[in-house]
Amino acid sequence: MADAQPVISCRGVWKLYGKTPESYLAGVSDTPSFEDIRRAGYIAAARDVTLDIAAGEMLVIMGLSGSGKSTLVRCLSRLVEVTSGTVTVEEQDIGALDENGLIELRRNKMGMVFQNFALLPNRTVLENVAYPLEMRGQDRHDRRARALDVIKLVGLEGREDYFPRELSGGQQQRVGIARSLAIEPDIWFLDEPFSALDPLIRREMQDEFLRLQDMLGKTIVFITHDFDEALRLADRIAIMKDGAIEQVDTPDRIVLDPATDYVAKFIEDIDKAHVVHAGHLAGPVKGAAPRGDPVAATATIHDIARRLVEDKRARLPVADTSGKLVGVLKRQDALDVLFGEQP
Amino acid sequence: MTDAAIPAPAIATPQRDQRIGQMIVVAAVLLAAAKVALPDGLIRPPDWFVLPFADWINWTFAFLKDDLGLIYLTRAFADGVEWLIDITANLLYGKNRWPRIGPIPWTVIAVTAGVVGYALGGWRLALLSGGTFVWIAVMGQWEWAMETMSVIVVAVPLAVALGLVMGLLAWRYPRFEAVLNPVLNIAQSLPHFAYMIPVVVFIGLGPKAGAIVTIIFATPPMIRMTVLGLKKVPPEVIESGQMCGSTRWQLLRHARVPTARTEILVGVNQVIMQSLAMVVLASFIGMPGLGEKLLQLLQALRMGRSIEIGITIVLLAITLDRCSKAWAYRQPVHFERGTPWWVRNKLLLIWLALIAVAFTLAAFIPEAHEIKRRQAFTLSKQFDAGVDWMLVLLDPITLALRSFLIVWILVPLQNAYQWLPFAAVLTFLAGIGWMIGGARSALVCLAYAGLIAMSGWWDRAMITAYMITFAVIISMMIGLPLGVWASRSEGRAKIALLICDTAQTFPSFIYLIPVVMLFGVNDVAAIGAVIVFGMVPMCRYTIEGLRGVPPELIEAADMSGATRRQKLWTVKLPLALPTIMVGINQTVMFSLFMVIIAAFIGTRDLGQEMQRALSATDVGKGLVLGLCVAFMGLMVDHLAMRWSADRKKALGID
Repeated sequence: MADAQPVISCRGVWKLYGKTPESYLAGVSDTPSFEDIRRAGYIAAARDVTLDIAAGEMLVIMGLSGSGKSTLVRCLSRLVEVTSGTVTVEEQDIGALDENGLIELRRNKMGMVFQNFALLPNRTVLENVAYPLEMRGQDRHDRRARALDVIKLVGLEGREDYFPRELSGGQQQRVGIARSLAIEPDIWFLDEPFSALDPLIRREMQDEFLRLQDMLGKTIVFITHDFDEALRLADRIAIMKDGAIEQVDTPDRIVLDPATDYVAKFIEDIDKAHVVHAGHLAGPVKGAAPRGDPVAATATIHDIARRLVEDKRARLPVADTSGKLVGVLKRQDALDVLFGEQP
Repeated sequence: MTDAAIPAPAIATPQRDQRIGQMIVVAAVLLAAAKVALPDGLIRPPDWFVLPFADWINWTFAFLKDDLGLIYLTRAFADGVEWLIDITANLLYGKNRWPRIGPIPWTVIAVTAGVVGYALGGWRLALLSGGTFVWIAVMGQWEWAMETMSVIVVAVPLAVALGLVMGLLAWRYPRFEAVLNPVLNIAQSLPHFAYMIPVVVFIGLGPKAGAIVTIIFATPPMIRMTVLGLKKVPPEVIESGQMCGSTRWQLLRHARVPTARTEILVGVNQVIMQSLAMVVLASFIGMPGLGEKLLQLLQALRMGRSIEIGITIVLLAITLDRCSKAWAYRQPVHFERGTPWWVRNKLLLIWLALIAVAFTLAAFIPEAHEIKRRQAFTLSKQFDAGVDWMLVLLDPITLALRSFLIVWILVPLQNAYQWLPFAAVLTFLAGIGWMIGGARSALVCLAYAGLIAMSGWWDRAMITAYMITFAVIISMMIGLPLGVWASRSEGRAKIALLICDTAQTFPSFIYLIPVVMLFGVNDVAAIGAVIVFGMVPMCRYTIEGLRGVPPELIEAADMSGATRRQKLWTVKLPLALPTIMVGINQTVMFSLFMVIIAAFIGTRDLGQEMQRALSATDVGKGLVLGLCVAFMGLMVDHLAMRWSADRKKALGID
């Protein structure tokens, strides 16, 4: 995967709000801080963001409200114009696209889910889901068939003729998800899709979402302000503050090795044992591997807690799903993580 | 320009503005007190100060009309409108014009109205709208009512289309909106008559003039609601449309307009109500129909018949209002899958069956086709008897009240207003403006009042001002306590709001019937009408303000052991005051409109001059007078809204 071209890549993306942000940005020599920018009368929503997203990856952008995560995802889909920098989608600079090119891109490559569902109130579930197909001029029968497929996929069969108003919040968001999937996009943006839902429904929708992702394997940019949600879903997490990315990394590494004080504060209350995987904590196999039952690389420390306490060996073998030995876990390290002590 | 470049200080200096304002007000009082010592030029606007606006306007209109040949354009447009009205007139009451198939039997129309009412709002609305048309037919007012309806049916779609297009343009091009906004502000505070005179000049008299003045008058709220609705569409909905790959047109057509549906349809509702109000008043420029009959009967003091027509107009107003509102707030509902087509289209089929029955009936029974005047019922005798009986009972009271009001309040108040030196009034207004909104508001007040002084109608304007002051004070004295009382319980508040809502849908003309009945044709009657009309918004906003107080604040007051009275004075009223102020503002606006309409039953203010301008088709004079009224309204509006907004901000509510 490492040598594959990233699907989305942004280079030095800036987004400032204010009177003439372009000339301001051109005028400053070095990288201005959030405060510098504010003092000049601008609001920074994205500051020098550089990011690559690989095919099939699920990147979760996370941060508090006002940290610029929503703006960043809108820069990636060009719902807002970047002030400077470039965003490349499948090797195509989307800043250079004209209106028609952009519309084509969105009609064929991208889908997006919104926090408050953003369904059209005058259309039924079926018509809402078929809307993007209608926009690109697909004929009536095709789009009906396709829309029915996606509605089935998100588990809303039998509600095709309902209007959004007649559905619960969770159901409405299923419609939003179905609509974003209707054109079979390669890239899927989700802007806090579950934030407006009750905690129980949220959990259910996350499971549903993981199921869909397993099945479809899309490139996903997922926004949330809920760290637990991020940990549950992400391949990699990007933590944002004041428009800049503080750290992009796997959940394991963010938890074990926070890059900045801000990130450290973020993960303070997280139970690391639930996040860190045995495979991540394991060191390379040096010399003779320890014998006995290996632990699974994909298990979290919490999953193997009982073994860690009961097994008396100092080093435990770690194996991947096929049973191949991939590393050696020092029991003490794992116990430190389990009991929340700094190694 | 240099001023604009310096950023305003973060915190305004309200205390300083207050003090400056108070000083200016004191100066105004001193000016008034020193009247004897003042030069004439400060007492009444001197001649050099008065500009011949009317001549300029007349000249401009003459230039537009004759030299530019605009009249051919307007006449052509008017002919087009007339052609449409002829069609509806033929269908509705059998006017002898193309397509010559009318009149449609009244039973068919009544049944149609009933089914529409049922579709929009169930049995009650069906009964209301069907019943309205039955009443009209049975009372023998069919032809008049249909004359009125034939114009409304043409004017409303045209006004809606015009408003929609202009609203879309204003939303799309902010620069156009920037130009349009002040124009709309003035247009919405111009009295009805001010619209009529230019229309008479360009179009002439009769139904087509009535239709065109109605279109012009009804369009502004449609523009407003369209812009409001389009701006209120959540950004997410637009983004979702964009992400679905919509082109701009698709976005507008499929996402923006449908999402703004409710606001746009509320705009349609306002257009309908404004049209009805205007069509009734357009009787002054020769529009036949209910308004014309009412005007004649009122002037002949035939109360019984007037009441009959009044009831018809009120019923029509309520029907049109309720149906269009029900339409605006109607939410789509799905049918279960497998529902057969006759269930899906049940209402359509029922309607077809019913009109088939009605047509058949009409073919065999002439009364089901048309009820002639002589065959009609009338309640006018009973009404007349009731009115006579009531007058006998009330006459001593109304007479005493009338003479008391005239001798002890109205005349002294009018004299006092007329006595005031105009310089003192201007200074006073500037002071009030400064207190409320600083130097800018002071300038706004000064500009509006100054323009009125420059128009040459200062004395008349002061008469209008005194009537408004008196009427608004009385409206407040009645409306406020009424609102406070009504807001005490949920049920009462609901009923009171329903009454206010309903009363607000009545065309203003209607309010003249009871006051003429009680007081006869004179200025006490005029003021009475103004008071009744102005009380409605006062009461309504008081209730809304009091009910809008956050419940947790009231709970906090309860837990602090406040009595009901203490709660009212220390929590509810202070928090409701910004909303009540909006009510006062509306009361002033309504009063201004009413004062001008009431002019024809005897006042000597701007309204009377407006009537004269109308009968002489003096555009310049009419528009200048109309603008004087509009400026008074806009000044009050500016002050009240500014105060209310500041107050809301200070209280931290919405």
